[in-house]
Amino acid sequence: MPAPDAFLDVRDLRIHFPTDDGLVKSVDGLNFSLQRGKTLGIVGESGSGKSVTSLGILGLHNKRNARVSGQILLDGTDIVGADPEHVRKMRGRRMAMIFQDPLSAMHPYYTVGHQIVEAYRVHNNVSKSVAKKHAIDLLGRVGIPQPDRRVDDYPHQFSGGMRQRAMIAMALSCDPELLIADEPTTALDVTVQAQILDLMRDLQQEFNSALIIITHDLGVVAELADDVLVMYGGKCIEYGSAVTIFEEPEHPYTWGLLGSMPRLDRGVTNRLMPIKGTPPSLINVPSGCAFHPRCTYEPQTGGRGTTEVPELVESGRGHLVRCHLPVAERKRIWQEQVRPKLEAGS
Amino acid sequence: MIAYIIRRLFGAVLTLLIVSMITFGIFYLVPRWAGGTAEDLASRYVGRTASPEAVAEAAKALGLTDNFFKQYWDWLHAIFAGRDFIFGGSTYHCPAPCLGYSFIGRNPVLPDILDRLPVTASLAFGAAIIWVILGVSTGVLSALKRGSIFDRAAMGFALGGVSLPIFWTGLVSLVIFSYGLGWTARGGSYTPIEQNPLDWAYDLLLPWITLALLFSAAYARLTRAGMLETMGEDYIRTARAKGLRERTVVTKHGLRAALTPIATIFGLDVGLLLGGAVLTESTFSLPGIGKYAIDAITASDMPKVMGFVIFSAGFVVIANLIVDVVYAVIDPRVRLA
Repeated sequence: MPAPDAFLDVRDLRIHFPTDDGLVKSVDGLNFSLQRGKTLGIVGESGSGKSVTSLGILGLHNKRNARVSGQILLDGTDIVGADPEHVRKMRGRRMAMIFQDPLSAMHPYYTVGHQIVEAYRVHNNVSKSVAKKHAIDLLGRVGIPQPDRRVDDYPHQFSGGMRQRAMIAMALSCDPELLIADEPTTALDVTVQAQILDLMRDLQQEFNSALIIITHDLGVVAELADDVLVMYGGKCIEYGSAVTIFEEPEHPYTWGLLGSMPRLDRGVTNRLMPIKGTPPSLINVPSGCAFHPRCTYEPQTGGRGTTEVPELVESGRGHLVRCHLPVAERKRIWQEQVRPKLEAGS
Repeated sequence: MIAYIIRRLFGAVLTLLIVSMITFGIFYLVPRWAGGTAEDLASRYVGRTASPEAVAEAAKALGLTDNFFKQYWDWLHAIFAGRDFIFGGSTYHCPAPCLGYSFIGRNPVLPDILDRLPVTASLAFGAAIIWVILGVSTGVLSALKRGSIFDRAAMGFALGGVSLPIFWTGLVSLVIFSYGLGWTARGGSYTPIEQNPLDWAYDLLLPWITLALLFSAAYARLTRAGMLETMGEDYIRTARAKGLRERTVVTKHGLRAALTPIATIFGLDVGLLLGGAVLTESTFSLPGIGKYAIDAITASDMPKVMGFVIFSAGFVVIANLIVDVVYAVIDPRVRLA
């Protein structure tokens, strides 16, 4: 899928943090690309490196404690090597971010309107009153009732869903071409989650921006994403179109994620199938395939799982998988063992 | 917001009332419990050399023979209505607000204290401006350059600063800068600002710096800790993600939140100092409220001491009130509480 003319092109991105305990390789050789108007879902457990990646794209890593290498090309401009001041001017204007918990992500001392105005005025030389009109307009567009009154409220006076809408309004204030949403619905009620996802889809179509959704929730990805990138231990382990990932996933970890997803159509008698174990330490990454201690199919790799790091290999059109199992074997396990179990009861 | 202020105001008045009861109890009730007679108490009010007759008369005139509640009521009443003491054939008038009448100095307490207030206020506010600027900026820089040589030096200095007592640093700086180098006033002199601002500043310079160094050490540590905490908050990341300049992120988003606890402590510290910077004023022989209190205690002039305590408590309570209001202005979430 990497296309030379992609709007966002991430090449061999590595983000390492030297610590007293050793080098933490939060992101280790990540490649992906994204076109305008398209949505990429980055999926993984806590500590898989997905949030570190998103902060890297915004150029928010502190040079003092993070080592960033590789390339992040946004419309041809490399963010990794660029002058920090130049990247700052791009932040918020060309690329913007929606954070997970809007209560802690918005400043408690300033009104919602003020925070949107601030985001708008840092990149646009307009008067406060013009910016405020813009803020009211944005709040209305993200579905906040009586925006002209709510604009002067503080974040704590908003409900959770309204706060996330306001956060989205803030991110959209400068019509960014790239929008990154880091767990945008995790802190919200389920009913509100659906509204926020709908809103983001509508706005993306309206603005024709590229959207990256970072989440551990495959349901969110299924709602929005065109492409899906599954991360594990700082590496991409499966990458493909959403249809491929949901219909023909080939990595045992992806199967595990799908099995951990509650589905109403699966029936109440069927329990979830959680992945055993915990995400790997990023300092002492397991030898060989980082997933091998938790992988049910590890014995079938003939010992390679514990000794050799698998390469990310194309297994179908635009479908990349990092797994030692032979392609035919993976397809067989999915079709004959995993899929029937997931669909049991439906 | 107005309801909030009214609530706080009510609380402040109540606090003062309770403080006055406790203070009054300490001065007038506890000695009686401990076995002292009204005459024993009165002897303190007329000085050590008074005759037994004078003491007995004083005890009666002061109302020390009345029951405690009447005594307290008379004292409280005097604050609003003034009070006359008929004593040794003469009438001593203590006009409202009467915080007490010194029978040693033969004058009401409050005007004396108010006379000395400008000295203490000059000392407190002057030092406060220096320590806020010095302490907060050092703290912010230390937090931003955490682990750097500047940070280590500043924090080492701050640790020394909070550990050294003011009468020691005060005396040492007097020896070096006044007596040794002759750069500053030698203490004991005070020129009112309206008379000559330059002399005023010259006389107060060393006390300001000494006092400010002590406080700025504590403020630097507080600010550093606060900044380190706020700069790790999610909203700081949001501010950066918006593309704000780092300076804006640090001052508008970081420092503003970190300053909240500092503003609280600042208010209380200034309030406390306005009620008399006892050690500093003694060290530099400044004729302020703290010096007044020391003199009153040395002379066993209880009405003066009592007046001083109430006056100082008043400043602390007022400072608290201002802090509460400022807090609500800084942090909008407080207004709801």
